[in-house]
Amino acid sequence: MENFQLLLGGLESALTPMNLLYAAIGVLLGTFVGVLPGIGPAMAIALLLPVTYRLEPTSAFIMFAGLYYGGMYGGSTTSILLNTPGESASVMTALEGNRMARAGRGAQALATAAVGSFVAGTIGTILVAFFSPALADVAVELGAPSYFALMVLALVMTTTVLGTSALRGFAALFLGLTIGLVGLDLNTGQPRLTFGVTQLVDRLDIVVVAVGIFALGEALWVAAHLRRKPAHVIPVGRPWLSRDDWGRSWKPWLRGTAFGFPFGALPAGGAEIPTFLSYLTERKLSKRGDFGRGAIEGVAGPEAANNASAAGMFVPMLALGLPVTATAAVMLSALQGYGITPGPQLMTDHADLVWTLLASLLIGNTLLLVLNLPLAPLWARLLRIPRPQLYAGILFFACLGAYATNLDPFDIGLLLAFGLLGLMMRRFGLPVLPLILGVILGPLMETKLREALTISGGDYMTLLSEPLAVVIYVLIALFILGRPFIARLRARAEQSADPDEFEDEKELSKS
Amino acid sequence: MWIPNSPGGGYDQTGRAAVGVLDRDNLTGGDIQVTNILGAGGSVAMSRLMSEEGNGNLLMTIGLGVVGSTYSFGVDARPQDATPIAQLIEEQEGVLVPADSPFKTIDDLVKAWRAYPESVVVGGGSSPGGPDHLFPMQLAEAAGIEPKKVKYVTYDGGGPLTSALLGNKIDVGFSGLAEFEGQVEAGELRVLAVSGDERGTGVFADAPTLTESGIDLVFLNWRGVLAPPGISDERRQELIDVLTRMHDSKQWQQALKDNGWTDAFVTGDDFDDFLVEQDQRVASTLKELDLL
Repeated sequence: MENFQLLLGGLESALTPMNLLYAAIGVLLGTFVGVLPGIGPAMAIALLLPVTYRLEPTSAFIMFAGLYYGGMYGGSTTSILLNTPGESASVMTALEGNRMARAGRGAQALATAAVGSFVAGTIGTILVAFFSPALADVAVELGAPSYFALMVLALVMTTTVLGTSALRGFAALFLGLTIGLVGLDLNTGQPRLTFGVTQLVDRLDIVVVAVGIFALGEALWVAAHLRRKPAHVIPVGRPWLSRDDWGRSWKPWLRGTAFGFPFGALPAGGAEIPTFLSYLTERKLSKRGDFGRGAIEGVAGPEAANNASAAGMFVPMLALGLPVTATAAVMLSALQGYGITPGPQLMTDHADLVWTLLASLLIGNTLLLVLNLPLAPLWARLLRIPRPQLYAGILFFACLGAYATNLDPFDIGLLLAFGLLGLMMRRFGLPVLPLILGVILGPLMETKLREALTISGGDYMTLLSEPLAVVIYVLIALFILGRPFIARLRARAEQSADPDEFEDEKELSKS
Repeated sequence: MWIPNSPGGGYDQTGRAAVGVLDRDNLTGGDIQVTNILGAGGSVAMSRLMSEEGNGNLLMTIGLGVVGSTYSFGVDARPQDATPIAQLIEEQEGVLVPADSPFKTIDDLVKAWRAYPESVVVGGGSSPGGPDHLFPMQLAEAAGIEPKKVKYVTYDGGGPLTSALLGNKIDVGFSGLAEFEGQVEAGELRVLAVSGDERGTGVFADAPTLTESGIDLVFLNWRGVLAPPGISDERRQELIDVLTRMHDSKQWQQALKDNGWTDAFVTGDDFDDFLVEQDQRVASTLKELDLL
């Protein structure tokens, strides 16, 4: 219980009125930055650094913590309302979140995201406080073979979202994997599928691809059908979460946290894989069959996973002094500015600062909930803007986001190209989800496979050299072999609803 | 001021530190806007700098990594063709091994490496053409090992590289030292050698230089400032004067100390010559590896 007392001590020194003010500024700024496309939390903290050097380290870090969690949460707002994810971690949120918003349940989607982020962030921070050193030791033992096995698992699970036509699903998946190949080969330095264009050498930004396919493709599709279909008015729903919504959300929150935290703690984990593992799991477990039409579980799970992985990032940062994300790198360089050397001794030499930081994460998280929950119904009203203006706004936001990251007009061209691809996919009934998963997974999988093989000198047995990898392959085998068996059980139970159908395809068959 | 890389990286820290000093002392008589231009290891920013011909109000940070990446990404933009203003700092690279590594000295490593080049897996925090990649290749060559046989794994920066070392996934890491001070102090990583012509300070003071250990190689990562091509000589001199005053300020000396950078202030034609030399060295190493 020594840690608990230290955490209380941290809370004590963090909870001064001045620090609460800094936390509130951080949270507001973070939410703002998260909503604005193109600026991430890392950039925002880097911009703040010159200002915060004049503050005490404690106050500065409290502000950073608020900004970080605020930014993570703010990204979900645009995903849900406008279908334009601001970062790769909120791509999954857009899938069900935007469907909910268009069914008049935007406020609920935002609320479940806010509460889910709070739950996941709080559990995650407490786990960091109590288990950091132990977790960090385990995390560095995992090498490329384990990561590769995790990617294979994710890829196998994507086959469950291929849609009604396996052929179209696989076509979309392989298209995604091909898009993921674009860029410089990391081992040999050979450019692949770049057609001599320098901007393509760096691999495509997943956000540009996702926003192009989701938001632009959707806008073009709607524009193409605007005259033929009666105007669909978005109903105004209830402002708050109903009892049923709570009942449907709490399990995905916890499961999302369970996915997100360990990945965040891994040196090469990231937030992408856990968010979509969480999405796929919720989809698989859902008995209602409203996935694809706005299932609240599909927002609750990935959002919790996103924030839990954001908390997990502090494990390697505090226990080992390792920055695993850009945000952590900026925070560590801020520490150096105060003359503190980040490293394994951080938790012992500067314990007071570490515990205050952890406490301020908890405070920032709570403030985030307090400030954002009342705002959810207000945000949701945005969707009552008439359709032509709303979609014009979405196009504007999407282009601004693509341009703002690099100030390069080329990215807008790229965005438009993916918008057209998204339109064509809708026209020909190709599901977009497998494509996005392919774009995310392909490059990650390739990097890890090649890292493993370079180290082993081309010996494929190395892929089975880590215990975790073997466990995962066994799980995959069970999953594949078990499927016909489960299908037979289901048939016996005479389930009639088919949850795997996409709304796009239904619309297509209607028109 | 353009930064050819992401926030939080080395170029960003150097650029923002410089701008911080310039702004505080109001040395330029105006505000300086810092913009990060990402892409292709800095070569996107580099080629855009080339197209800003004659723009006297623009500076960009540059370093060895950007020079390397223009080659590996096939961008035809040599730094000496822009307007070199000043070199600001140097950073040593280090040869790092985990605490329980069988390699106790750089000699142990070189002996094992020479005998079985394939048995030693090395890693670094930069992609082919970057400093962490060029350093082991030049070291191998200096030690009589064919660079093409070096097994090099690219990690996404110092964090993932450290965790690969701590987890014994790779045998040796090559990287700038500043990021590893904490790990070395805690005794989790050991520095076999440093790449500069003098030993480091603080926790790195015990590690010998390569030349002390009988390997004829000095390798320094550096960062400096470029302006676009085609600016007038007067403007160039003005920019050099501004940076000289920045360099002489107390704040800049403090920034050097805080970040563990070595002062290496070179301006004008000397910096020009230095860039030409560095450019040739990078090109010859990459040719050796058939990467060009």
